[in-house]
Amino acid sequence: MSKQITVPFGPQHPVLPEPIHLDLVLEDETVVDVIPSIGYIHRGFEKLVEKREFTDYVYIAERTCGICSFVHGATYCQGIEQIMKIDVPERAQYLRVIWSEYSRLHSHLLWLGLFADSFGFENLFMNAWKIREDILDVMEQTTGGRVIQGSCKVGGVRRDISDEKLDAMAKDLDRIDRDMKELTTVFLQDSSIQHRLRNVGVISRGDAYHLGAVGPTARGSGVAIDTRKLGYGAYDRLNVQVVTESCGDCYSRCAVRAKELFTSTDLIRQAVKKIPDGPIDIKVTGAPDGEYFMRAEQPRGELVHYLKGNGTKFLVRSRIRTPTLTNIPPLIKMLQGCELADVPVIVLSIDPCISCTER
Amino acid sequence: MTPENQTTTSIDVGKLIGSVERFRNEGYRLVQIGCTKVGDLYEINYSFDKDYHFENIRITITGDTEVPSISGMYWNSFIYENEMHDLFGIPVRGMNIDFKGTFIRTAVKYPFSQPPVTVTKGDKS
Repeated sequence: MSKQITVPFGPQHPVLPEPIHLDLVLEDETVVDVIPSIGYIHRGFEKLVEKREFTDYVYIAERTCGICSFVHGATYCQGIEQIMKIDVPERAQYLRVIWSEYSRLHSHLLWLGLFADSFGFENLFMNAWKIREDILDVMEQTTGGRVIQGSCKVGGVRRDISDEKLDAMAKDLDRIDRDMKELTTVFLQDSSIQHRLRNVGVISRGDAYHLGAVGPTARGSGVAIDTRKLGYGAYDRLNVQVVTESCGDCYSRCAVRAKELFTSTDLIRQAVKKIPDGPIDIKVTGAPDGEYFMRAEQPRGELVHYLKGNGTKFLVRSRIRTPTLTNIPPLIKMLQGCELADVPVIVLSIDPCISCTER
Repeated sequence: MTPENQTTTSIDVGKLIGSVERFRNEGYRLVQIGCTKVGDLYEINYSFDKDYHFENIRITITGDTEVPSISGMYWNSFIYENEMHDLFGIPVRGMNIDFKGTFIRTAVKYPFSQPPVTVTKGDKS
């Protein structure tokens, strides 16, 4: 056995938009063990349920993440609605699906850009973010916010989208699909990208499942978990295609996200076709008394909001289990045995969101 | 919206390992471990999923009760067990990776074991 040395990776690193620290134990250039460390940006969001009324806490829940904020807000609201047995109007459920899928498009395009940047493909990075701007424009036009939407509330949604606007959005998706096709063709077929990503950071199907991987990290190893299949919101009335790849390497995780862009646009089109007329919210009276584990598919994977109320306007507990938190153990497995130079690409391949993780 | 069928079974802390072993043997994945302070007691929920079937087991303990780690069966549990220790102060015995209180660094020690904040009328903070 050669001499082991420990190299710190992060908390500040060019590929990391947010701080996470890894102690990499190396033998020569090979990583033999990894010890993760978080806690640099813990904000204590969950503690805030004690002093924010449950109807207001949706604003806190949304701010858990700056990328998939809408999904956090919607998941929280759906959890409360389950406890209080609130029957949310159908139109609101479809609108939540539409905004959730736009969030997924925005998140995956952001990640594809960052991933391209991590292996030095600057032009691809800029092209991914150029398309992302079109998605953010739609979010802004329909909710008023590019990053934090504020359009979800307990009992429904705050804003409607006119039928004319919905038709225009669906039509515009054809152009966005063409642009994304051009972009993803490079990601999936360029020989230099394949050379950089194939057989790097491999995790088997069994390891991914037993170590708790979720989202594209799990699906890239052939684990077909997608909580949209639970049928929350209006997903039970839509045909949700679960994208999987089998190799479990960085390329597979990239391919899952690239292909999911098109399943998201397909879901938006389905929702636009089926969305009924009607109210977008319902008056909420009383306070939650009970508990529920609300699960939803965030762009990075399964999100869990555990909510417990005692009949007062303040919740007893809000516990948020984010996908990145549960993807950290699989990340350790991916890194064991890799080369030091591959570490940044592998870390980024799980699409880490540390703000979500720390809460 | 289709509500998810969820079951929660309360067990004694002494039966935790045996119950978790059953989930492991039946091929469930660990979804999360979460702690809730209810009065002077702590509820700890262990959540599992298999083929979209969601099950919880719950132990209710006092703050000084030592909880056995399940990291021998679910290697990834160290994430939740360290979190449980750092935020609630629950002692966990036998973790595969024990950060000894440095996994989540907080200004207030064991912030979630502190009494709940009480809001008085007119409090805008």
